[in-house]
Amino acid sequence: MESINESERKKILLQGNEAIVAGALAAGCRFFAGYPITPASEISEILSVKLPEVGGTFIQMEDEIASMGAVIGASLAGVKAMTATSGPGFSLIQENLGYGCIAEVPCVIVNVMRGGPSTGLPTSPSQGDVQMTRWGTHGDHPIIVLAVSSVADCFSVTIKAFNLSEKYRIPVIILSDEVVAHTRESVTLPDQDQIRIFDRVKPDVPSDWYKPYADNNRGVPDMAAFGDGYRHHVTGLVHDEKGFPTQDSQEIDKFLRRIHTKISKGFQDIQITKTHLMEDAEVCVIAYGSVARSALRAVRDARKLGVKAGLVQLVTLFPFPRKAVDTYLRQCRVVIVPEMNMGQMSREIGRVNQAGCRIVKHNRIDGQLITPEEILKHLTTV
Amino acid sequence: MKSDERYEIRFSGSGGQGIITAAVVMADGVGAYDNQHVCQTQSYGPEARGGKSKAEVVISGSPIDYPKALRVDLLLAMTQAACDAYFSDIKSDGLLVVDSDLVKQLPTSRSVSIPFTQIAKEKIGRELVANMVALGAVGFLCGQVSLEGLEKALLSRVPKGTEQINSEALHAGIEEAKKINFDLLPKSVFSEWEDEL
Repeated sequence: MESINESERKKILLQGNEAIVAGALAAGCRFFAGYPITPASEISEILSVKLPEVGGTFIQMEDEIASMGAVIGASLAGVKAMTATSGPGFSLIQENLGYGCIAEVPCVIVNVMRGGPSTGLPTSPSQGDVQMTRWGTHGDHPIIVLAVSSVADCFSVTIKAFNLSEKYRIPVIILSDEVVAHTRESVTLPDQDQIRIFDRVKPDVPSDWYKPYADNNRGVPDMAAFGDGYRHHVTGLVHDEKGFPTQDSQEIDKFLRRIHTKISKGFQDIQITKTHLMEDAEVCVIAYGSVARSALRAVRDARKLGVKAGLVQLVTLFPFPRKAVDTYLRQCRVVIVPEMNMGQMSREIGRVNQAGCRIVKHNRIDGQLITPEEILKHLTTV
Repeated sequence: MKSDERYEIRFSGSGGQGIITAAVVMADGVGAYDNQHVCQTQSYGPEARGGKSKAEVVISGSPIDYPKALRVDLLLAMTQAACDAYFSDIKSDGLLVVDSDLVKQLPTSRSVSIPFTQIAKEKIGRELVANMVALGAVGFLCGQVSLEGLEKALLSRVPKGTEQINSEALHAGIEEAKKINFDLLPKSVFSEWEDEL
């Protein structure tokens, strides 16, 4: 029998939720506040053991409203912070999520989607929270939402989420689902020194000069941590450059436009899509999350049958990667959008469909993952 | 195995039989120690304890797209109910492996019956390790995992203090499976039905 050498052992078997933990720790997350909920509980459970080991803090809060408050507080104190939940908890998070958006507090929120509405289907996968991530909290605000589809994704996308939140001072939402969360896969995690980490930019001016919300060429103000010696007023009210509430329409307009444009300036950095077999594709599937895996299988099977099929996998759901999607809408005759909801992403695709491409929806809402066969049927008949 | 081919194993029985643990150890053996690509999923729900329990392992030489089983190469059934429910998902050249005391009605002759629970009770002294006896047999019969890797995976995943009995159980399962003569089995799980037609 072949002997097993140590380099092979570097591969480890991880569940999606475990890989999110590994990614968070690698990205420098040192604070977690949360409340357990199926199918996200493993993230809390494992972090409750791992965070203290690396000098971090784990708190189980009384609910998700408080969890999000604690996460924002930790981040303002200069610590990379995260929470993880599922639909019902994500509803409660919305209130303080808006606070994170207006106060420009970097943090990461994981939502492992299960069937809804309300307590819905606790143990079944769903993609019903997609539009909620975009518009769940009130007010006109930008947000970044990333979707994961595999264990390897859970690790790398979580790191990306922390990096983007630090770089743009914005809450970043990771959308997972029950299938991704509980699937175990063998993965090789990169060494820590191969991982690119972005930390928030801190002020280096004398403390009297510091304006916590002053614009700069990045559109992202330098961020002092509480305790760094800088005055830093934080409020949920629309504020001026010093962080104090304002009613001045010029200041209001300037502030709200800046928090939008800081994201639109970074589109190239933020909007991530992956493609498979798209070079000569005439029909394509646009998918995200666990469904993207069924779609990839369907596309490969369709190729064997002579159909020029391809897959566009959305990693970034919001800001919606309009430019990339537009390219494929112009290239393809038909676009198939399979989702475990009634069409939350297909409406985004339809919204940008200036090319007039035919969009075929495939919606499954019975708590089961869409199978490759279902998608293949569309690919071979459209 | 060609790089993009899949080998799919489904472990099934009732909640509490250790079905999922067996699948996780199998996946760890294949993925971490044998350097193959592997994906492991399971039925997940409040009904799992005492009800039907199902766990799947998909093995491939290349990254796995769809994570669940499409057509099963090897079905382990530890209850009659699981055998009845999942038999139809087996490929025609697949294999059915059952606990001979718990599955009396076999839907095909292309099957291997081993008294896993009885072996666990009588040879090892703990009925609880029947899942590891079954895992030993499945590991040997599928030919997709090095038995050394499987044992290492098992030792790294069972509770401390139970390594010895779990390891003995695995070996008992392997030994039983070695006695099986494949030449005596029909080529297809469906052959008898086809003869009748």
